[in-house]
Amino acid sequence: MTQLYLNDVTYQCEAGETVLDALTRQGVAVPFSCRSGVCQSCMMQSADANVPSAAQHGLKSTLQALNYFLACSCQPEQDMTITLADSSERMLPATVTAIRQLNDEILCVGLDCPSLKDYRAGQFINLYRDETFSRSYSLASVPADSYLRLHVRRLPDGRMSNWIHDELKLGDSLHISPPLGSCFYLPGDPEQPLLLIGTGSGLAPLMGILRDALSQQHGGAIHLYHGSRDVAGLYLVDELRELASQHPNFHYAPCISSGETVPGYHAGRAVDVALEAHPDLTGWRVYLCGNPNMVKAARKKTYMAKAKINDIYADAFVASSQ
Amino acid sequence: MSNDLFERLGGEAAVNAAVDVFYRRVLSDDRISDFFDDVDMERQAAKQKAFLTMAFGGPVHYSGADMRKGHAHLVARGLNDSHFDAVVENLVASLQELNVPAELIAEVGAVCETTRNDVLGK
Repeated sequence: MTQLYLNDVTYQCEAGETVLDALTRQGVAVPFSCRSGVCQSCMMQSADANVPSAAQHGLKSTLQALNYFLACSCQPEQDMTITLADSSERMLPATVTAIRQLNDEILCVGLDCPSLKDYRAGQFINLYRDETFSRSYSLASVPADSYLRLHVRRLPDGRMSNWIHDELKLGDSLHISPPLGSCFYLPGDPEQPLLLIGTGSGLAPLMGILRDALSQQHGGAIHLYHGSRDVAGLYLVDELRELASQHPNFHYAPCISSGETVPGYHAGRAVDVALEAHPDLTGWRVYLCGNPNMVKAARKKTYMAKAKINDIYADAFVASSQ
Repeated sequence: MSNDLFERLGGEAAVNAAVDVFYRRVLSDDRISDFFDDVDMERQAAKQKAFLTMAFGGPVHYSGADMRKGHAHLVARGLNDSHFDAVVENLVASLQELNVPAELIAEVGAVCETTRNDVLGK
């Protein structure tokens, strides 16, 4: 067992317990969301350099050097003196500038955040309802857009998504985190074919990646497979068909997995439809976003189809945490 | 077995070329794929890279105790000689696919063989 010293109070951390679990167990309100070292909501700072390296995975080197760490990934090796990371670094003020229904269950939320200038299309932000309650959403916009765009799917028991759908109004103020994540377009190889596979609101980061690639004059073929159970679950279909008609190298395939056949839509799961059309992915770059089970299966299937591991980018998110 | 095997095989570049081919073969081999089917493919691939570096006589030094500890959970799941042989077989086939000379493949096989008892907890 180790001791945690926070704001002049001592807390016990059992062997094998994370700092986040120890503090929340003892009634300390620590912001957190994904609990898996991705969203960085639970960032804290240690007064000493005794931070286990696993707790700094994914943090910028500047933050690592200052002994910042993620409470959810930190099993202390010795006693630690810690503070919550400065919330002004973590929480940027934003205003709701647009709300648009994309389909029955997905809302596009537009946010104006003057202090967030640099981001890569496809990255994600954490949206804060209050100091300790946040959820991660991918950015569907590109930096040239006048505001940030999120695709928020209403989840049956989703405290955040129901609040966004039912209560959020134009002009409301809230806070978001700086952009995070490494699932984005890189312009290094403009002729490389790109395969984008997404389900549900996993279209959001793919939309950003697609528009970024097109605006950077990506010359190779770009194939987007967006899947849902039925036609009603898809969205932005007309916009994507329009983009495909404007860009000869962009190909859009909406896919329906319910088994029915609808003209203009592919029958089958998005990943299966994609791999049937492109069985050999040697030299391709692959982006996978959406349902975690789909992402896991598609990562393996595309790798087996000879995409290199380093060329497969996946949305880091576990939707169940929402 | 020669100390410069790693260099003769082409060093880290050879490991990078082999790991993709090897890991893909292992995942498609029903005899052993369950042992390698990690949720985190990148982490699993990194482990395979470390294994290949070792098998190539490169700068990775596992102690016998490390090998035992690292595979104990797999031995508990039934890892045995037939699985070990299948992994070596896939490694040999990967190196053949990459046109590595037979005598170097034999040396790699000999390095693998030195780890058998520790890997299988014998």
